[in-house]
Amino acid sequence: MPKIAMIKVRPRRYKKGDLVRIDSVIMHPMNTGLVKNKKTGKIIPADYIDTVEVYYGGEKITSFKLTGSVSANPFLSFYIKADKEAPLKMVWKDITGDVTEKTVKIKPKG
Amino acid sequence: MNRRGFLKSVALTGAVIAVSPKFMPAGEANAKPQKMSYEEAVKKVLGVDVSKLEESSEIKLTAPSIAENGAVVPVKVEVKQPIENVESIHIFAKKNFNPHTLSMFLSPANGKAYLGTRIRLAKTMPVVAVAVLKDGRIIKTEKPIKVTIGGCG
Repeated sequence: MPKIAMIKVRPRRYKKGDLVRIDSVIMHPMNTGLVKNKKTGKIIPADYIDTVEVYYGGEKITSFKLTGSVSANPFLSFYIKADKEAPLKMVWKDITGDVTEKTVKIKPKG
Repeated sequence: MNRRGFLKSVALTGAVIAVSPKFMPAGEANAKPQKMSYEEAVKKVLGVDVSKLEESSEIKLTAPSIAENGAVVPVKVEVKQPIENVESIHIFAKKNFNPHTLSMFLSPANGKAYLGTRIRLAKTMPVVAVAVLKDGRIIKTEKPIKVTIGGCG
């Protein structure tokens, strides 16, 4: 089941060739597989995002490898160079086979 | 079935029954995640020894020195090198169950070697940021973070 994800481009207005920061958040529990459920005493099975890929205009520009040591609802922020008008797609994959995709448009003005 | 064959099969079955309970728990233990040391994690992720990492001021790690809640510790890493020269950024939390926290692989389209994220820390420990450069150097910086409440359960 795809999770809820959000991508923001900072600052809001930018020119062609500017460096813009991309802030992304996805709602995910990131269970490490080490924590016990206090009521039942059973270990909560591991379920965390291990791969994140960023595509800009169809080209893979950045990838991340995550482990259970990243906080719940993983937040990732990085820079890109806004040198063309193209969609920016992020793909999150977790170890149970869930894939979430989210796309924003990079539209440099001026 | 002759006597020899019968004895052989009985002995074999007995051996299997006697041995199998001993092996079973070991097999289960192997399926569980294994605790790793910082040195092992660096070796596994970067493929080099810890002593090859070079302390440098070209990489900057921004994090609070006291973290109230170990489950959410904001961390920023910046490499003061041209983007063409930076290949990847890694974060290690030395005393976590799995010290390897995150790896980021960059390309020139990033424009700037920067990474912001939030990590979990089980207890008070140093956090290490590592950058692999294209000229073959591996630079690192370290910052101790005091954790009041642990975050890895």
